[in-house]
Amino acid sequence: MTFAIEVAIGGLLVGIMYSLVALGFALIYKSSGIFNFAQGDMTLFSALALVGALTFLPLWLAILAVLVTMIGLAIAIEVLVLRPLVARPPLTLFMATIGLGFLLEGIGQAIWGTDPKGLDIGISDIPFKVRGLMISQLDLLGAVLSGGLFLGLVWFFQKSRTGRALRAVSDDHEAALSVGIPLGKAWVITWAISGVVALVAGVMWGTRLGVQFSLSLIALKALPVLILGGIDSIPGAIIAGLVVGASENLAEVFLGPYVGGGIQTFFPYLLALLVLWFKPYGMFGREIIERV
Amino acid sequence: MKRGSTMIQGNDGQPMLRVEDVHISFGVLKALNGVSLEIPQGGILAIIGPNGAGKTTLINVINGVYHPSQGHIFFEGQDVTARPPQHIAALGIARTFQNVALFKGMTVLDNIMVGRNLIMRSNFLSQGIYWGLAQKEEIRHREIVERVIDWLEIEHIRKTPAGMLPYGLQKRVELGRALAADPRLLLLDEPMAGMNLEEKEDIVRFILDANEELGTTIALVEHDMGVVMDISDRLVVLEFGEKIAEGPPEEIRNNAKVIKAYLGTARQK
Repeated sequence: MTFAIEVAIGGLLVGIMYSLVALGFALIYKSSGIFNFAQGDMTLFSALALVGALTFLPLWLAILAVLVTMIGLAIAIEVLVLRPLVARPPLTLFMATIGLGFLLEGIGQAIWGTDPKGLDIGISDIPFKVRGLMISQLDLLGAVLSGGLFLGLVWFFQKSRTGRALRAVSDDHEAALSVGIPLGKAWVITWAISGVVALVAGVMWGTRLGVQFSLSLIALKALPVLILGGIDSIPGAIIAGLVVGASENLAEVFLGPYVGGGIQTFFPYLLALLVLWFKPYGMFGREIIERV
Repeated sequence: MKRGSTMIQGNDGQPMLRVEDVHISFGVLKALNGVSLEIPQGGILAIIGPNGAGKTTLINVINGVYHPSQGHIFFEGQDVTARPPQHIAALGIARTFQNVALFKGMTVLDNIMVGRNLIMRSNFLSQGIYWGLAQKEEIRHREIVERVIDWLEIEHIRKTPAGMLPYGLQKRVELGRALAADPRLLLLDEPMAGMNLEEKEDIVRFILDANEELGTTIALVEHDMGVVMDISDRLVVLEFGEKIAEGPPEEIRNNAKVIKAYLGTARQK
């Protein structure tokens, strides 16, 4: 039993990292209806930038510098990509984010090179024991960070004026304009927030796996999480990330041996498919009801 | 409900909004073809005309959704032609939409709070830095919004997501969202479409109250001739993108051109 709990906790902690990536997707989708294919590359880019900045700056300054970079990136994306493409079909914008992803990858490679790098933020990945359960210190930090980030975002979106304006923009562009919300500013804020989320994800994944180009592929891990949670739901992204993390770990350990193992990689997709059967908008996604 | 002509002119007699020789086309269709009109301060102006006459287009041009290919729009003497909608809104022009454009996933309260958005001055950064100040401001605006909710008699649905409300109530919430911005000019696009008699009477009461008590100038597009003749001080009649008549209700009622273009076809139905 202790072992099962350990497996579940290990899975939950990894799930938090999935949540972080999915959160970035959900934020952008929610406010602009764009599926941001570049989210994985933003994660990679921020991790690369952090490694680069760490070579000549102390940790906190480096993080601050990357934060500023991600906000600058958000402004650049609004001016160079979103503004010229305003009112185009979502597919056009989706294609633009694919291009953006390649661009970020290219810029990252040009500046910081293609070698895998270690990212050390001074926290060991050696697990410690709590009541006989093995828990990784790094995962715990990730949990605390993401928990704080999640609560902050929920407060921001539900209670603050800007958050309310962002929700309004995501709901109806034309109506938002008519009450005087500037779309451009709203987009900059959302992309900046998702850039910050990408940075947190980049730090967590980077310290764990090293900063390398496969990091941009963690976006694939976020897909089943998004489907499960509902693509436009912030709580959905968090909870689904945890569900996916825990269930894939449990499935691997307890079901794996019967089918020859290796089910961890596809189990989340299976789960997502099952959810789609019963809840086509995901567990927490907004159901679109239309009068006919 | 019948009102006399109590049009309050501004001190300088300047109209609140002036539309000057506005043209706009969609492909070969001339949606507006040299339309000029004035919205006097403090009154209720109705824009009427058969379907496809260009009424909604006119509202969209004033509100900045469409930009005219020719002509000008002046708001309180200032040229506001081709400004984007969010700038127009900031000047004090609020609107509602023909097909209700509420934020369907948000509660009624949040919808109306968003309408208050422009008046709330604290920006994104100061919200973080002077959190207390922003909080105080939020409470102050919340009070005003609650008053709007009270006034529109929608207290019982304040926490309901707007998308779940019946159509008539959605229209009412949309009116509330527009009024929460303290607009000087309110553009209403068919505020009574699809309503039953009782709902219509309510909306008429709110429109008259907004005009008389809050002093909001109102321009509305509406098909219900009975209501329009009753509440408006002045009417503008459009047909095929051109203005064919303008004047007080009694005059329009007897205008041969209008009867032929509009009321005539209505009677044949």
